[in-house]
Amino acid sequence: MSDTLSESAGQRDDAPATAVDAMIVARGLRKSFRQSSGASFEAVRGIDLEVRKGESFGFLGPNGAGKSSTMRMIAAVSPVTEGELRILGMDPAVDGPAIRGRLGVCPQEDNLDQELNVFDNLYIYGRYFGLPKQVVRDRVGELLEFAKLTEKAKSRVEELSGGMKRRLTIARSLVNRPDLLLLDEPTTGLDPQARHLLWDQLFRLKQAGVTLVLTTHYMDEAEQLCDRLVVMDKGVIVAEGAPLELIRAHSTREVAELRFGVGEHGDHAEALADLGERVEVLPDRLLVYTDDGEEVLAKTHERGLQPLATLVRRSSLEDVFLRLTGRTLVD
Amino acid sequence: MTTLASDTTQVQPLTAAAATRLLVLRNYVVYRDAWKLFLTGFLEPVFYLFSIGIGVGALVSGFEVGGKEVSYAAFVAPGMLAASAFNGALIDSTYNVFFKLKYVRLYDQMLATPLTTGDIARGEIAWGQLRGASYATMFLLVMLAMGLIDSWWALLALPAVLLIGFAFSAVCMAATTWMRNFQDFDKITLVQLPLFLFSATFFPIDTYSGPVRWIVECTPLYRGVVLCRELTTGTVSVASGVSVAYLLVMGVVGLLVVRRRLDALLLT
Amino acid sequence: MAALTLSASRDLPFIEGVRRQVDYWAVLWARTWRGVVVSSFLSPFLYVLAMGVLLGGFVDADPDVMEGATSYLAFVVPGLIAAHAMQTAVSETTYPVMGMIKWQRIYESMLATPLGPRHVVGAHLMSVALHLAATCGLYALVMAPFGIYESWWGPFLAFGSQVLCGMTFATLVYAFSTRLRSEEGFGVLFRLGVFPLFLFSGAFFPVSNLGDVGGSVARLTPLWHGVNLSRMFALDNVTWWLAGVNVVVLVALMLLGWRLAVSGLTKRMLS
Ligand SMILES: Nc1ncnc2c1ncn2[C@@H]1O[C@H](COP(=O)(O)OP(=O)(O)OP(=O)(O)O)[C@@H](O)[C@H]1O
Ligand SMILES: [Mg+2]
Repeated sequence: MSDTLSESAGQRDDAPATAVDAMIVARGLRKSFRQSSGASFEAVRGIDLEVRKGESFGFLGPNGAGKSSTMRMIAAVSPVTEGELRILGMDPAVDGPAIRGRLGVCPQEDNLDQELNVFDNLYIYGRYFGLPKQVVRDRVGELLEFAKLTEKAKSRVEELSGGMKRRLTIARSLVNRPDLLLLDEPTTGLDPQARHLLWDQLFRLKQAGVTLVLTTHYMDEAEQLCDRLVVMDKGVIVAEGAPLELIRAHSTREVAELRFGVGEHGDHAEALADLGERVEVLPDRLLVYTDDGEEVLAKTHERGLQPLATLVRRSSLEDVFLRLTGRTLVD
Repeated sequence: MTTLASDTTQVQPLTAAAATRLLVLRNYVVYRDAWKLFLTGFLEPVFYLFSIGIGVGALVSGFEVGGKEVSYAAFVAPGMLAASAFNGALIDSTYNVFFKLKYVRLYDQMLATPLTTGDIARGEIAWGQLRGASYATMFLLVMLAMGLIDSWWALLALPAVLLIGFAFSAVCMAATTWMRNFQDFDKITLVQLPLFLFSATFFPIDTYSGPVRWIVECTPLYRGVVLCRELTTGTVSVASGVSVAYLLVMGVVGLLVVRRRLDALLLT
Repeated sequence: MAALTLSASRDLPFIEGVRRQVDYWAVLWARTWRGVVVSSFLSPFLYVLAMGVLLGGFVDADPDVMEGATSYLAFVVPGLIAAHAMQTAVSETTYPVMGMIKWQRIYESMLATPLGPRHVVGAHLMSVALHLAATCGLYALVMAPFGIYESWWGPFLAFGSQVLCGMTFATLVYAFSTRLRSEEGFGVLFRLGVFPLFLFSGAFFPVSNLGDVGGSVARLTPLWHGVNLSRMFALDNVTWWLAGVNVVVLVALMLLGWRLAVSGLTKRMLS
């Protein structure tokens, strides 16, 4: 990875910036949809964000939290209902084409051109950015390599597997060498190898100065990739910070996982409530939040309860997520 | 790994013309492999000409156009020319556009790039026009070979066909933005078929009388059909100018509506 | 027809397999019948009005030239209905079949149940048959006041031949659709198959107008057999041996189409 390349990303100052190095600034951002019933539904209900250059920023949140709606506003394809949004220092309502020229977008659902083959999908898309033919052709070769699709260059999109389509969509988002890359659940549908490969590639991108914004349902992915993340729920941001900060703020040092027979978890939760700071009931297990997991196990046995399986582990982002967006029985 | 570093310096702003050209390029790449289909499209009006013009024409004596006696085939041929431009524009900008809009969501991916909804509307219509123009040229050559062209005015039939295609593409594409599913296309047939059958394509306008005739004379396909007929038979008049203005206004209004509607539909 | 492709004895009986899909098709019909009425009521009516009545007003009808018809209207209507049956059948077995194979993947879900390809094909074609019966029946009703039928039984036999003609195309085109990878092939089918048939198979003018060679070629097409059968019955001008030939050709092609449709779907979905 050469220095000059990251510099070229750092030297862009043609657009007026609201804050030094702010790639995205959102203040009181809202998005409403008119539903088929005619009623209006507010998917994003006033969020504040700031994403700085070179940062890797994540959105976490349960289904329907408003992550994709936010991403589409940032991609300058979805008009802001209320609030302020600046992307690369520009207003999406005014400078849509200029903003999109510098963004790479990988939507949640692949929207490849079904009528074109793999090569042409990248080539034609690249041309939409006003890139010269030869430049696009060279890049397509590299991107095919990147997506491990060189052999499939002449295949129709429908002949690709789900994961291949995903890789093609991601490769496509890189064709204009974007300053800001938006990835909506990029690794959904990828096999573990492809996922790790992509993580590595995204990491290199970040080192080269590309700003990453991604959403994900994989907590390990968020921990690996994001410098900073927000947890969204029902259209608002419920927590913000670096992964470790969040774990420290919203969880204990360790978690004891206890599995009992089907349907018994609710009852046992009451009995064990005092063993940890918090007990979380999942459909298939109990999570006891504590600073000493082994002690929880010992006390559980002392009380005559025999879990079918047990596990003591360190707290992870997943626990934060459950805490912030789930329903905790005992708090 | 050079591909991965950010460098958007090569990204150029697109002018409306450049954007339109790119969308035409995209369609060209798609149809490059489907040239058979492309080629056969032109046969449609020719088949009609042979079947109705010659086959049924054997049972019908000629008609009078602008004070000139013409054979039934020479009467029907320009009607087919206009009607096929109409049908082509209609199919291109209803079914095909709907498919791209709702099913494969092609326009969504385009809008993630610097392209705008206006570019999409212009690009699709321009592509339809290219197709229409090549078909019309071939059809005019067939007419010439069959001796169904009477005047040098026929050279202007090509731009006339483009005008018809443009007017209908724009309006039909606008209509498509209101379609919710393929069942709604039955309503398109409800408009397409009467226009095709009753716009004085197969028989002269004086078959009608009174208000019916008046209504038919106000319909867009009728304007297109008589315009083509006046050109290929060399009986151009003031009415031809009226037809041109009519179709032009129709197309421009359609284009404006399309743009607004695509904005509302895609930029949600 | 079940016996034709009955492969394994433990297979679901044909009738039972089709019966299990009745609900599915009923739901589909409930959603689409309005469109069916529009296309089967209005579009024939408009064609008949434009070509039969208005253009027909300029035609000197000579029964010798017009295969026994005393007006162009009487000549053109029975042919148009048969041609309309073909078009209906084709439109029901092209995009819908491909859609169920690869877009909505309905067949994939159906074949994951005890249903087999022949049940699926059977139920789909049954729905087409129903559609054809509705379309041709309505068409005949609309035409009755125009006084083109020469006998009371004519419309019924004509109706039967129209549905038969439609089903012949339905099975053949279904077989074609199962073997097609991309929908572009339909464009070619319409332009080089359906459309020329519609225009040159004697629906609009006597095929003898095409000259000796052209006429003979036209008489080889399946649609001509349907048109001719339908017209002979409607005009009460039946040459019985010819009617027999027409029926045999249509039925033979229909059975061939059925076999190819089932084998096509089997190959496409289960291999
Ligand atoms: N075009 C739309 N019209 C109406 N409602 C919408 C539209 N798009 C999204 N919504 C609604 O907005 C809410 C947020 O949706 P969004 O897609 O942003 O969620 P998400 O956080 O991305 O969820 P997921 O994890 O499932 O992708 C949902 O309730 C959804 O139903
Ligand atoms: Mg989402």
